[in-house]
Amino acid sequence: MSGPDEKPAGAGLGDEILKRVVVRRFDVQDIVLVPILSVVIALILGALTMLATGVGFETIGRSFVALFTGSLGSLSALSETLTAATPLILCGLGLALGFRAGLFNIGAEGQLILGGIAAVAVGFMLKGLPAIIHIPLALLAGMVAGALWASIAGWLKAATGAHEVITTIMLNFIAFRLTDYLLRNPPIQKEGRSDPISESVLESAQLPKLLAALDPSYRLHLGFLIALLAVAVVYWVLFRSTIGFEFRASGANPEAARYAGMRSGWIIVLVMACAGALAGLAGANQVLGVLGRASPNFSAGIGFDAIAVALLGRSHPVGVLLAGLLFGALQAGGRQMQVAAGVSIDLIAIIQALIIVFIAAPMLVRTIVPWAFRAGSGARSGAR
Amino acid sequence: MAAIESASSAGAHPALDRAARRQRLVTAWLLLGLAVFIAVVFGTGVTGSATFRLTLPRDAVPLPNLVVPAAPFIYVVAGILAFFGVRQFLRGGARWSSLFLGIGLLLAVAAFLVWAADGKSFSLTGMLESTVVRAVPIALGGLAGVLSERVAVVNIGIEGMLLAGAFTGAVVGSLAGGVIGIAGAMLVGGLFGFILGALVITYRVDQIIAGVAINLFVLGMTSYLSSQVLTEYRELNNAPVFRAWAIPFLSDIPVLGPVLFRQNLFVYGAVIMVIIATYYLFHTRAGLRARAVGEHPEAADTLGINVYRVRYINVTIAGMVAGFGGAWFTLGSVGRFDEGMTGGRGFIGLAAMIFGRWHPVGALMAALVFGFADSLQQKLAILQTPIPSEFLAMAPYIATIILVAGLIGRARAPAADGKPYIKE
Amino acid sequence: MDIELRGITKRFGSVVANSDVNLTIRAGEILGLLGENGAGKSTLMNVLSGLYRPDEGQILIDGKPVNFRGAGDAIRAGIGMVHQHFMLVPVFTVAENVVLGVEPVKALDRLDMKTARAQVRAISTEHGLEVDPDAIIEEIPVGLQQRVEIIKVLFRSANAIIFDEPTAVLTPQEVIEFFGIIKSLREAGKALVFITHKLGEVLEVADRISVLRAGKIVGEGDPRTATSADLAEMMVGRPVRFAVERRTSPPGGPLLEVKNFTVLNERDEIAVAGIDFTVREGEVVGIAGVQGNGQTELVEALTGLRPTAAGTLTFAGEDITQASTRERHRKLIAHIPEDRQRSGLITDFSVAENSVLDSYYAPPFSAGISMRWPEVYRESAKIVEDFDVRTASIHTHAGNLSGGNQQKLVVGREMSRDTKLLIAAQPTRGIDVGSIEYIHERIVKARDEGDGILIVSTELDEVMSLSDRILVMYRGRIVAEFDGATATVKDVGLAMAGMKA
Repeated sequence: MSGPDEKPAGAGLGDEILKRVVVRRFDVQDIVLVPILSVVIALILGALTMLATGVGFETIGRSFVALFTGSLGSLSALSETLTAATPLILCGLGLALGFRAGLFNIGAEGQLILGGIAAVAVGFMLKGLPAIIHIPLALLAGMVAGALWASIAGWLKAATGAHEVITTIMLNFIAFRLTDYLLRNPPIQKEGRSDPISESVLESAQLPKLLAALDPSYRLHLGFLIALLAVAVVYWVLFRSTIGFEFRASGANPEAARYAGMRSGWIIVLVMACAGALAGLAGANQVLGVLGRASPNFSAGIGFDAIAVALLGRSHPVGVLLAGLLFGALQAGGRQMQVAAGVSIDLIAIIQALIIVFIAAPMLVRTIVPWAFRAGSGARSGAR
Repeated sequence: MAAIESASSAGAHPALDRAARRQRLVTAWLLLGLAVFIAVVFGTGVTGSATFRLTLPRDAVPLPNLVVPAAPFIYVVAGILAFFGVRQFLRGGARWSSLFLGIGLLLAVAAFLVWAADGKSFSLTGMLESTVVRAVPIALGGLAGVLSERVAVVNIGIEGMLLAGAFTGAVVGSLAGGVIGIAGAMLVGGLFGFILGALVITYRVDQIIAGVAINLFVLGMTSYLSSQVLTEYRELNNAPVFRAWAIPFLSDIPVLGPVLFRQNLFVYGAVIMVIIATYYLFHTRAGLRARAVGEHPEAADTLGINVYRVRYINVTIAGMVAGFGGAWFTLGSVGRFDEGMTGGRGFIGLAAMIFGRWHPVGALMAALVFGFADSLQQKLAILQTPIPSEFLAMAPYIATIILVAGLIGRARAPAADGKPYIKE
Repeated sequence: MDIELRGITKRFGSVVANSDVNLTIRAGEILGLLGENGAGKSTLMNVLSGLYRPDEGQILIDGKPVNFRGAGDAIRAGIGMVHQHFMLVPVFTVAENVVLGVEPVKALDRLDMKTARAQVRAISTEHGLEVDPDAIIEEIPVGLQQRVEIIKVLFRSANAIIFDEPTAVLTPQEVIEFFGIIKSLREAGKALVFITHKLGEVLEVADRISVLRAGKIVGEGDPRTATSADLAEMMVGRPVRFAVERRTSPPGGPLLEVKNFTVLNERDEIAVAGIDFTVREGEVVGIAGVQGNGQTELVEALTGLRPTAAGTLTFAGEDITQASTRERHRKLIAHIPEDRQRSGLITDFSVAENSVLDSYYAPPFSAGISMRWPEVYRESAKIVEDFDVRTASIHTHAGNLSGGNQQKLVVGREMSRDTKLLIAAQPTRGIDVGSIEYIHERIVKARDEGDGILIVSTELDEVMSLSDRILVMYRGRIVAEFDGATATVKDVGLAMAGMKA
């Protein structure tokens, strides 16, 4: 990051230049070793936390076994991992788009909730549609709701300069209250109920289970494939389209983007709409694929966890995919851990936070386990 | 620098900056819209008069109730708002639109109160009292934000520091009493401030990532300890609560007394901290250096000021302030810790900081606005208005958005905010 | 106080910024340190002022070796530095800036601003440096800001003062004033270092001259005997041409007509006050003026980045007053922004991406919303080759290029298109002589091909050498017009200072 980098080579390279010079050396240590070590150190610290709170060695051992078997140990566990990862990936992609464009969108949670509510509404109100039409409509409803909600913050920023961190936080609170209201009143509230809960999504709008043929209890559903598709689409938009070029330019240097004739206001609104659409899609995915209806807190903080996923994935679609899978695995394994070893699932949140810290601070990892790195490579990042 | 001939009056100049003109128009439309809304919705729905109780049962000097004839009051307010709106359309300068918007919103709130309390009796003093109470954690969160952002460290982790303070306050308070509990909360808050400093200053972690990680970590850790330990040892989660302490004489002043001078330690503490922080930042040598580090770290460095040390110290102090604010949730309020009990107050504190233009007093004022909205919603739920309580609860957030949008270009963060300082 | 630098070497990673530099600075003497941008002058002086630690070599003060652990140590040893980019906190007052780090305090750490103001006034009067202690830095002109920097150094009782490119931002008149200040400091027995790349100034004011090139001292000169040509050759390493070929053919028809043009700044104040001028085909029009007299706002309005408050803009017979930046770009108006780092480039983007930063939206670089990267790479390689941009690869981040190469990249991007009008703001600010020559050459070539060119520059030399016609901007108005062939530095300089020639 600091200091002058490569020395400019001689000029007049001509066609030589076209022969794609590899600029950034593929740094195995930073891309592979640091994340692996981060996870390991975080798990060890998690174990120490358990130890400090009076959990016995035997239980700790059992919880790690459960963490593994619950996330990767069986087909069922894998299905749980992927199911948990799906909304994180979708929502994380939206946030990553925003980060790339220099927008710190804290409002994913609200966008996700409203997307979910809209999807539920379409999911139970439109009757008699075939699944092939009903599912896309319900998903679309979620995306549109999320996009519109997020665009408010975008429009406010573009038109008045209102800081998106504040407006998205406020829009979150408004969305929570709005959801409270909608879940307690017709037409969303389930008939005959007085507690806040929505009508159930019709069969025709539910996302098909992918592994139902093997065992109906496997929860993995179509949403995961949609998330994979979204990774590809977001990758294409960011790196292969003019719109992505504008997004990235505005994020890296808004002033230069403006000088280059890009319409910053329009870009801000568009980015927020895209981010909101993906968050809304994540919400729709939850209600159509997992829960079957909306209830208070059905979002379970996914919109906030997704911030961590996007940051961990360094706002790159593939990185978000990997980070989402990691967090999904921790979630799924954590549930198993709670059941099998009686250790609170909140431990997972601690481990997740530690992983974020370590991955964001390679220097810290190098300080903790200096022997894992070959000598001399530390100088690269200018460790002090 | 470039401007030389100042346009005599921005409003009179035929060519205003486009954004400024738009802002003026938005303000005008907002004011007119409010006027119509108030006249139609509030004005037509009232029949009698609203009664506001100004004294609480315990007060030494009883005041008569304030009785406001509802319909006339509402129509007068609508008229004033319409006048403001038209004035904005015709000749309102951009520099005044925020002021008119502020006054307009204040009047609108008053009209709303009158409408809601129409034919009923409503304790104004009680609401103001709870306004102050509810503003405390937001103000302290905002103050923590001011202290760290003034040295250019963005502190998203305030929410986590509040939560850590709440938890520590409850546990240490249960074990060793309230005062030690506060000390423990501040210590742990300071520790997280220091950790934030270490991450962003020494290990150069992105400031926002570090803050988010701290929030997640504290949320996870407190929830884990709460379910793993506190559920088993309930005596660890049963802390004494600081009761209100009336300041002699001052607390006997009608209205103001109970609102300002019959509060608990946290209210007084928050006010004192704001005063000290203002003195520190703007009147002391250390404060001047801290602000220099936030505005122009290179300049500070060339003058022999240790940028890293100043940042460490301020971020740690910010953590301690947030820890104190966190203790309010347990030691100042309910005496026990619940998972995630800060409920986003840290983020609202950040909003208060920006709203208050990175000034301790500004953050306190902004926190009072949030506290007012919070308590208004609570009290109105009792009054049984036709508007669903969820929508009332949204009002403060909507108002914040409108005000933030109206304050275009006014707030100015420290110039180096969020940027790491890397020597050589 | 005498200072000796012995064998100073400073490296950044693999780059050697200073290599075995020996230098002596004596009391009552002005040492001119001459070198190009990027020669290592600033690094050397940052070593001397304690900001950087040398990898090798030592510093001796009055014969005794010293070891600076930070800027504070150097300040205590009596070394002060006036940086090229002023080290002033923009939102602080003059007095606050002056005392920062050595503040007078009362009980409870309370700042004693009354004493501070008095101290500032005392130094002001002692050295004839008048300034209002309560003025806010960002609200006073650059010349005054420099004065504050000098007061700041004197306030710390510096006996040695280093000036890093002190004249870069000053008007010719302010430069003369500055020379007066520096000479009076010499009379007061201070040891002074004057870092610059401007030959004439160093010849005029220095007692001794050392020349730095590529991190090494390559020669010493005596200002009484040395000539500009000698020094330039020493500085650049080869003979330098100063003159640019003038236009030979008469200009064509009007291309850009600016009428009654008024522009407001951010605070809704009038920055450009109803000016009129015309740029014709095949003509270079230079706008001279001290920074902050409305040039930035003028250029932004001409390129559609800032709304026009009043007046009209006609380009090739077409009214473009309301056209957007993109539309103007489509109409073949090119713009070299004044600040390449802030608005000309995206330093985190690759050279290739920067090559199409404002032309990515149309074929051949994109089809619909799909980028065509191979075309972008081809174009980028062409720019890199045609404009001599020295980069390891077109995939290198633009931020890794040297200032001169970044600027050539911007110039290349703007001029590789078949443009009709080029608006160039500060086209050669802060870059090396070789790059300057090269960019000037390209501008002249574009003119000879019939382009209209508007150069806005605060470097008077540049405007003088390139322009066919010179307009002088002062306080938002055009106060004088000169023929490029006959104008004199003195006349233009007076006009820049607001005095009628």
